[in-house]
Amino acid sequence: MEALLTNPSGAKVTSIRDARKRAMLLAALYIAQEQFGWLSEEAICRVAERLDLTVGQVKSTASFYTLFKLQPQGRYRIQVCEGLSCYLVGGAEPIIDYIAQKLGIQPGQTTADGKFTLEVVQCLAACGTAPVVRVNDDLYENMSYEAIDKLLDRLRSEDRG
Amino acid sequence: MFEPVLTRNIHRPNSEKIYTYLAHGGYEAVRLALKKSPEELIDMVKRSGLRGRGGAGFPAGKKWEYMPKDPRIPKIVAVNTDEGEPGTFKDRELVERDPHQVIEGVIIASYTVGARRAYVYIRGEFFLGVKRWIKAIADAYEHGFLGKNILGSGFDLEMSVHRGAGAYICGEETAMLESLEGKPGNPRLKPPYPAQVGLFGLPTLVHNIETLACIPHIILRGPEWFASIGTAESKGPKIFSVSGHVNKPGNYELPLGTTLREIIYEHAGGIRGGKKLKAVIPGGASTPVLTAEHLDVPMAFETLAAVGSQLGTGAIIVMDETTCMVEVARRLTKFFAHESCGRCVPCRLGSRRLYEILERIECGQGKPADLNLALELAQGIDGTTFCPMGSALVNPARSTIKQFREEYEYHLTYKRCLAGNTHSG
Ligand SMILES: Cc1cc2nc3c(=O)[nH]c(=O)nc-3n(C[C@H](O)[C@H](O)[C@H](O)COP(=O)(O)O)c2cc1C
Ligand code: SF4
Ligand code: FES
Repeated sequence: MEALLTNPSGAKVTSIRDARKRAMLLAALYIAQEQFGWLSEEAICRVAERLDLTVGQVKSTASFYTLFKLQPQGRYRIQVCEGLSCYLVGGAEPIIDYIAQKLGIQPGQTTADGKFTLEVVQCLAACGTAPVVRVNDDLYENMSYEAIDKLLDRLRSEDRG
Repeated sequence: MFEPVLTRNIHRPNSEKIYTYLAHGGYEAVRLALKKSPEELIDMVKRSGLRGRGGAGFPAGKKWEYMPKDPRIPKIVAVNTDEGEPGTFKDRELVERDPHQVIEGVIIASYTVGARRAYVYIRGEFFLGVKRWIKAIADAYEHGFLGKNILGSGFDLEMSVHRGAGAYICGEETAMLESLEGKPGNPRLKPPYPAQVGLFGLPTLVHNIETLACIPHIILRGPEWFASIGTAESKGPKIFSVSGHVNKPGNYELPLGTTLREIIYEHAGGIRGGKKLKAVIPGGASTPVLTAEHLDVPMAFETLAAVGSQLGTGAIIVMDETTCMVEVARRLTKFFAHESCGRCVPCRLGSRRLYEILERIECGQGKPADLNLALELAQGIDGTTFCPMGSALVNPARSTIKQFREEYEYHLTYKRCLAGNTHSG
């Protein structure tokens, strides 16, 4: 098995064990992010240590993926899809603006109380039930202004943290 | 009437559970396949005419055949559930509602090519999908369909799930392999193809999950049955995701070769509010736009290519007469500019420049030279990039300029929209 390993970059040939370890990186970053809420320098260093990777290797991977957050996030991350199918049925900007105005923040920002972060995201593969919004890991389909009102009210009353 | 094949179970209660799958003939195809030789199975898949459902339409049997035969070489099957092309939502439904059908396909494919390790890659955003995959795989282990000595055949297969983390480009097979290895999802140069040098440097068979879901049916009902569905060069059933201005958006499983007209007007309930149809994107965001003139084109690889578009993922985005086509191009180009992995200049910078031109035109600040500038830029990007993303990203701009040039010219002359769109950036 070892002999078959090639290295596209031409650098030092890694062993399959090291390669398999590195393959755990995304999973490890998810675990760290879940624990700390975001990936701080410290979290990144710890992941690097655990997987025997350099901090640079971990950082370059973490920063490539939009689901890994290198800044602190609100407890509820509200993600609005700006894809074409959502836009066609009344989604995207009208919904983004509506939520932005209700929360008093712009996309990319977090409310002062640390509850909500507003994000604009690409197609969530729910175009048949557009417009869609995602909050943390949950998908909300066929969104309307009333549905957003209800959702935000519920999240506000749920969150006591 | 066409009887659904891939989606026949998804409307049952608890369709995702292994007992539901087993109660409706589930895992029978694995039993049958494990008694056949790999050569026989490759031959069946070849005769079925099955082509990849992930976008490129490569013949599946040929890909299986390209895998090295030497049993001493460890091999891998990688399962692509990274669906992220705007307009496409079939894979998410498949994995959420009938994951065992895909696992069955994975087992048969792995046995055939001699892989003892299968990796599922799933889009990070698909939280429910991740849970469904993990549960389904655990149940398949428990029932002896995965693990050591499957059904007493002597064949072993280990299978696990890896979660992506938000990057459209990781759907491209070599970027997916990089991501599976824990790296940034930058595509690799091909050749070598994954069948030669794939995950961890080992020969890897990569398939979209809808392709894999076809496999059990081909084994059970025979390649001739499969090949009897569809057109000359596009065989079998296909899930068409329909979204946009239709009354009943959703996934519709129909034979390849069904016309756009039938899908839009008979199945998806026609255009909302009785409006007129203006434009259709037939195969996901990266495929060239068509017009109402093309409604009778069959949804198949060869027939869409003949009218200058592509079947892609079979995701149909329907737009009525009120839609501004400059805005459509702008929005889709923004998507590609956002998702460029940044590795090569024509894609990274070209997509941004193209987006800026479209944005300028859309906002009424376009210059007369901008149309040709956009076309020249598209020409410069197409075919000069490291991966197929470059050719994909120019399609929205190029095809809308081709089909709806007068709308662009109206924007340039009157600094506003012919379709009455008031959006400004
Ligand atoms: C930019 C880009 C994105 C892609 N995204 C996906 C995807 O999300 N899912 C998928 O199955 N294939 C995707 N593909 C196609 C894969 O590279 C590959 O062809 C496919 O997974 C092979 O499986 P198939 O032969 O079963 O279609 C993408 C290709 C490109 C160029
Ligand atoms: S074409 Fe785009 S996505 Fe593909 S490698 Fe180049 S920069 Fe990355
Ligand atoms: S465009 Fe919004 S979910 Fe696909």
